[in-house]
Amino acid sequence: MAADSNTSHEPGRLWRNPEPKSSYDVVIVGAGGHGLATAYYLARNHGVTDVAVLERGWLAGGNMARNTTIIRSNYLLDPSAALYDHALRLWEELAEELDYEFHFSQCGVLNLAHTEQEVRDARRRAFANELNGVDAEWLTPEEIAEVCPILDTSPRLRYPVLGATYQPRGGVAKHDLVAWALARECDAMGVDFIQNCEVTGFTTSGDRVTGVRTSRGTIGAGGVGLAAAGRTSLLTDTLGISLPLQSHPLQAMATEILEPVHPCVVMSNHVHVYTSQAHKGELVLGAGIDAYNGYAQRGSVHVIENQLAAAVELFPIFGRAHLLRTWAGTVDVTPDASPIIGPTPYENLYVNCGWGTGGFKATPGAGWVFAHTIATGAPHPLNEPYGMERFTTGALIDEHGAAAVAH
Amino acid sequence: MTSSPNPHRLNASVRSGRIDRARAIDCTVDGRRVRGHPGDTLASALLACGITEVGPSIHRGRARGVFTADCTEPNALVQRLDGCPEPMLPATELEIYEGLEVRTLSGVGWLSGQRDTAGYDKKFVRSDVVVVGAGPAGLAASLVAARGGARVMLIDQHRELGGTLPDGQAHVSGHPATEWVGRAARELAENENVRILTRSVALGCYDHNYLLVAERRAEHLPVWRSSGPRQRLWHVRAGQVVLATGAHERPLVFADNDRPGVMLASAVRSYVNRYAVLPGREGVVFTTSDSAYATALDLLSCGARVPAIVDTRAEPPARLVEQVRAAGAQVYPGSVVTAATGEPGVTGVRIAGLDGNGSLTGTPVEVGCDLLAVSGGWNPAVQLFAQSGGTVRWDPVVAGFVPDSPGGRSARVVGAARGTYDLAGCLAQGFAAGAEAATVAGFRVAPPAVPQVDGDRPVGRPRPVWAVPDESRPRRECTEHFVDLQRDATVADVHAATETGMRSVQHVKRYTTVSTGVEQGKSSGVNTIGVLAETLAASSPGEVGTTTFRPPYTPVPLALFAGRTRGPLYDPVRTTPMHTRHEQAGAVFEDVGQWKRARYYPKNGEDMETAVLRECAAARTGVALQDVSTLGRIEVVGSDAPVFLDRVYTNKFSNLPVGKARYGVMCGADGMVLDDGVSLRLAEDRYLMSTTTGGAAKVLDWLEEWLQTEWPKLDVYCTSVTEQWAAVAVVGPDSRTVVGRLAPELDVSAEGFGFMRFAETVLRNGVPARVARVSFSGELAFEVNVARWYGQALWDAAMEAGRDLGITPYGTETMHVLRAEKGFVIVGQDTDGTVTPLDLGMNWAVSRSKDFIGKRSLSRPEMLRADRKHLVGLLPVDGHSLLPEGAHLVDQRAPRRPPVPMLGHVTSSYRSAALGRTFALGLVSGGRERVGEVLRAPVGGTDIEVEVTTPVFYDEEGVRRDGAAQG
Amino acid sequence: MLLIRCPWCGDRDEVEFRYGGQADVDYPADPERLDDTAWGNYLFVRANPLGTLTERWVHTAGCRRWFSVVRDTATNEMSPDIPSRRESR
Repeated sequence: MAADSNTSHEPGRLWRNPEPKSSYDVVIVGAGGHGLATAYYLARNHGVTDVAVLERGWLAGGNMARNTTIIRSNYLLDPSAALYDHALRLWEELAEELDYEFHFSQCGVLNLAHTEQEVRDARRRAFANELNGVDAEWLTPEEIAEVCPILDTSPRLRYPVLGATYQPRGGVAKHDLVAWALARECDAMGVDFIQNCEVTGFTTSGDRVTGVRTSRGTIGAGGVGLAAAGRTSLLTDTLGISLPLQSHPLQAMATEILEPVHPCVVMSNHVHVYTSQAHKGELVLGAGIDAYNGYAQRGSVHVIENQLAAAVELFPIFGRAHLLRTWAGTVDVTPDASPIIGPTPYENLYVNCGWGTGGFKATPGAGWVFAHTIATGAPHPLNEPYGMERFTTGALIDEHGAAAVAH
Repeated sequence: MTSSPNPHRLNASVRSGRIDRARAIDCTVDGRRVRGHPGDTLASALLACGITEVGPSIHRGRARGVFTADCTEPNALVQRLDGCPEPMLPATELEIYEGLEVRTLSGVGWLSGQRDTAGYDKKFVRSDVVVVGAGPAGLAASLVAARGGARVMLIDQHRELGGTLPDGQAHVSGHPATEWVGRAARELAENENVRILTRSVALGCYDHNYLLVAERRAEHLPVWRSSGPRQRLWHVRAGQVVLATGAHERPLVFADNDRPGVMLASAVRSYVNRYAVLPGREGVVFTTSDSAYATALDLLSCGARVPAIVDTRAEPPARLVEQVRAAGAQVYPGSVVTAATGEPGVTGVRIAGLDGNGSLTGTPVEVGCDLLAVSGGWNPAVQLFAQSGGTVRWDPVVAGFVPDSPGGRSARVVGAARGTYDLAGCLAQGFAAGAEAATVAGFRVAPPAVPQVDGDRPVGRPRPVWAVPDESRPRRECTEHFVDLQRDATVADVHAATETGMRSVQHVKRYTTVSTGVEQGKSSGVNTIGVLAETLAASSPGEVGTTTFRPPYTPVPLALFAGRTRGPLYDPVRTTPMHTRHEQAGAVFEDVGQWKRARYYPKNGEDMETAVLRECAAARTGVALQDVSTLGRIEVVGSDAPVFLDRVYTNKFSNLPVGKARYGVMCGADGMVLDDGVSLRLAEDRYLMSTTTGGAAKVLDWLEEWLQTEWPKLDVYCTSVTEQWAAVAVVGPDSRTVVGRLAPELDVSAEGFGFMRFAETVLRNGVPARVARVSFSGELAFEVNVARWYGQALWDAAMEAGRDLGITPYGTETMHVLRAEKGFVIVGQDTDGTVTPLDLGMNWAVSRSKDFIGKRSLSRPEMLRADRKHLVGLLPVDGHSLLPEGAHLVDQRAPRRPPVPMLGHVTSSYRSAALGRTFALGLVSGGRERVGEVLRAPVGGTDIEVEVTTPVFYDEEGVRRDGAAQG
Repeated sequence: MLLIRCPWCGDRDEVEFRYGGQADVDYPADPERLDDTAWGNYLFVRANPLGTLTERWVHTAGCRRWFSVVRDTATNEMSPDIPSRRESR
């Protein structure tokens, strides 16, 4: 498919740094991946270009800059599979559409099972994927060894690998470049990125949100979309909206640059390790979230220690690789580990939050449906199940409880 | 050519160096033999041999040389080949040993499949005062704190104490500073409260004064000489932390500043004084501050020529100028090196004037040299401080980022790490901080007087230059002005980043990849910030700010973090007292939580299916035996125990008579099934609760949480007694006979010992036991519980008692089949955290008359839907197809192509000996209304037709549990 | 690795504890009287402040006692909770 970008870019430029206008049709809070994708699809799908994306720090500097870039869509539940696979299909065209090489590599994702129950759960997920049209295979240890020879599939392990689901279409992308690609296109279509502009609250008229208060003054808005991840509830708290969100540190780490050795993405929920090798050559490893709430963007070292022990247990070859850098983001987690995307009790205010550890992979999909929600005032069919009312009715999308698979 | 293997080694009469010249060490670099001495690093040995060039650069393949003498090295990165190969080691930090073999790298290392047999271990310690860095400030702090009586830990990354003192020529109290270091080291070593860790890097400083330290214990030794762990990871909780982490010298950015022969001025000093190596015979010094004058003097005192000292400052301190002039050097004040010339190695420099606005003036002059010592100023090593939550600010006087706020709770930063570069100042700050830290930690001590020191007190303010202007090209074309040698990133790259619209240093870092190499910005960071500040016309580097400092301080192998937590020690293995009997019986085990449970006992090469059919048949027709010691057991005791259990379980336990047992289900507050099990009422105020094997710890936590945080007034105590008991389930029509033999004092008759009763007795072998008539198979069954000690004796006695009846040990797989035939669920297999007791058809166990945890959740709209998934039985229509567990069920008329609407899934599926067919349990939408319907299970391209049934397949009347079938 | 002060055992490393989230969220006296929204809030909504949070921990690898502390979620500075209101009830 030819790139359908009909905008022209100033050579070398990614974005302007405009002064904020006094008001916009739509204000997006948070210039992370989701905020950028939302702005992009507002313009591309809905023709809404009078848009400002406000960012308290630097563009794509939050979780977008800190995640382990894993992309997959092999989720168990129908609403999850639909949303994430929509995202994956968008990923498959996005680089060409944006005319920007962001190293989207469909190197495949293995989700390991280490106990009989994990085998049952994983196969259940793979069967469901098949019926939902999501590519997924169940691999035996021997087949896993063919996909990822450096993984120790021997019975020597304390928790031997009993099998894995494999999604060949899954993979990784270079997060920064994804953000820049989206930002460049948005900018060319007229979207204003306002960095170093912290939103502190809202202006309202009755039950209607009319704008945002920021560190750079008040900005009026026809619609406001929150894409602020870990800080979402700080904003909704100012309006008395109770969101079931808890913000936790999530840590990740990378090694030095190494010759290619790791051909795919490997995730093990049982021992909490997520590994891949980036385009540049670093091994990138992710851990589970820290147990306590926190906004410090740093976590506890035992989390990393446990995670590296798991990595070396699974990949003995990693033993002499060097830990070069560790870091942490702040992720907003919901009780059912699924996002909240939809309207709020306030007119013109929409939330896209609660992605927990799984937001990056959904970037284009989240942007697509959130843009639809903001532009039309009603959820897209794909995010209809993701409204906040599910915590009242009990209609949770409990990937956590059902599949016991972290994102 | 000289025949000496070390043509650049200084004669001992000129510099003794801290090497052992009596012994030679041969190592191999890129196949070439390199000779050095104990005390040499690989880099100093290379330079001693006259090898200045290392691997070419990562992207542009440009020649590069040893650039530093410390952990900021961007070029001389090597892959160790001897022993287990290891990538990306800085030659400047690598101590040589006999047999060391390396290959130089171009910014990319590799991993080998070779097994790493080295050991890594960990140590967890507390310390009153931890001092990081054993330079003058750190030594001073340690001395004082130790004198006060505090437990002190002194951590330094080098082989020797003293920081940079051995690199220089300073004097303390009239003697060489190294003598003061020696005395300090002895005093500390003799104090039993002091632990000195050399070759140890403080990797990170975390919340609440928690430090992680990597100690290299055997890395500097040949494999054949090392015993014990190769590295050790120290976990240190400090009362007080003193950071004396020093400073890193900044490079300078000018055209072709990456040529071999360009080297940090401080590194030149280090090679000359510490290693007795002269890196060049004609050394130009290019500096922005006072410190590099000492480099010039060192070079001159070794017989090298210093044709030029190029100082950015128009008026360098007169004393320094006079000193170097007297020694024979020419000073170019207010000047810069615009370019290094020569290829690949430097053969000269071009020098031009620099006016007050930072523009070049005059006609450049060329000066020949084979060494260019550069000093762009110093970066205080604030990494640990910033990691622990401290913020930094730009200090224009020291021209560096310095600590702004106290880091963490109480980290004190002293010496060069806070921009103090004179020896007297470092000692004074060290003494003061050590005294303060010890005093706060409870060991009152006063700082001593600072001894007389001579030497290099900086007097002039530095004049940093972030990028020397090119003689002809604008910034955007400065493609040979390198800001990050390791990443091959240039001034042009930084400029290009700003042209995209980027303003943040974080963006520029990511765009250019500056500071993402092994040095993590220690040398490249501030220059980049400076260049960026100029490009953006910011007032100072402080306005741009730094990127975030993150652990670890220097790279460490992942294996060190794993330590001994590998293989069998990755997680504790829990086994029952009968475990060896299972092993002897050839059991195949499965992991259930941390437990190893026997899954089945294959005989004569049976596969699992055959073994399980045999075990099941034994349980249904004869007698079989399972080790159920892993079930969680919690004693719930107290006058309010009945009330408490009524609140915890969905069904009632207050009305359970003493001496009887009851099955119970508990839910989370969300109404979803949490765990289940049988509880015995031992006395009015005492229950013995059983939990699932995997749920034991979770349930105890759950009970405690409610007791302590919601109902603290209830008189209830919970105690885990899982480890106090061992138990076997004796199952089958012949179980009564076996248990009768086992427990002769017990009336095991149907009348004398009813279902769901239990009794205390003494077994024939004299072991006290509690026997319960509970059944998870529907078959007549007894659970015999004894004290843990007697577990194996119980197993042996039961096997003996049933030998003539063919008693058959069975594992978890058979247990699963037997219970599934009766429709008994396994929490976690037939439920998944989204299933209520009502979904399971357990209305009989859900009390309407009382509240229980989770009850309110069951009346939420979603829980009342008719299409909720219900537990049902599933019978493959053909009678022999085995449904894969996890397979989904779809309507007969459902489309064949995705998305195919799914009605539910198979949770358990087996072949049944008793039924003579395959069967399954599953959760199906509106399942109870679908009984009799035929659904499809699409499985790998084929469909299995299944009939929905009620979930009880065997002995629906429930007569077998009393052994009726036998009669 | 936070250093957490157990009121009964003293200062211990975080790995000895389990986190219990926001403190003082009482189990409703009569759950049946709550509407679905109120019950949903009880189940799922907890404070998530940037700044001080009174939170629960349980010393699982020690005395197994629950207790509350006040922690700053931005800096992880911790201080003891005010004497528990529960005990005075």
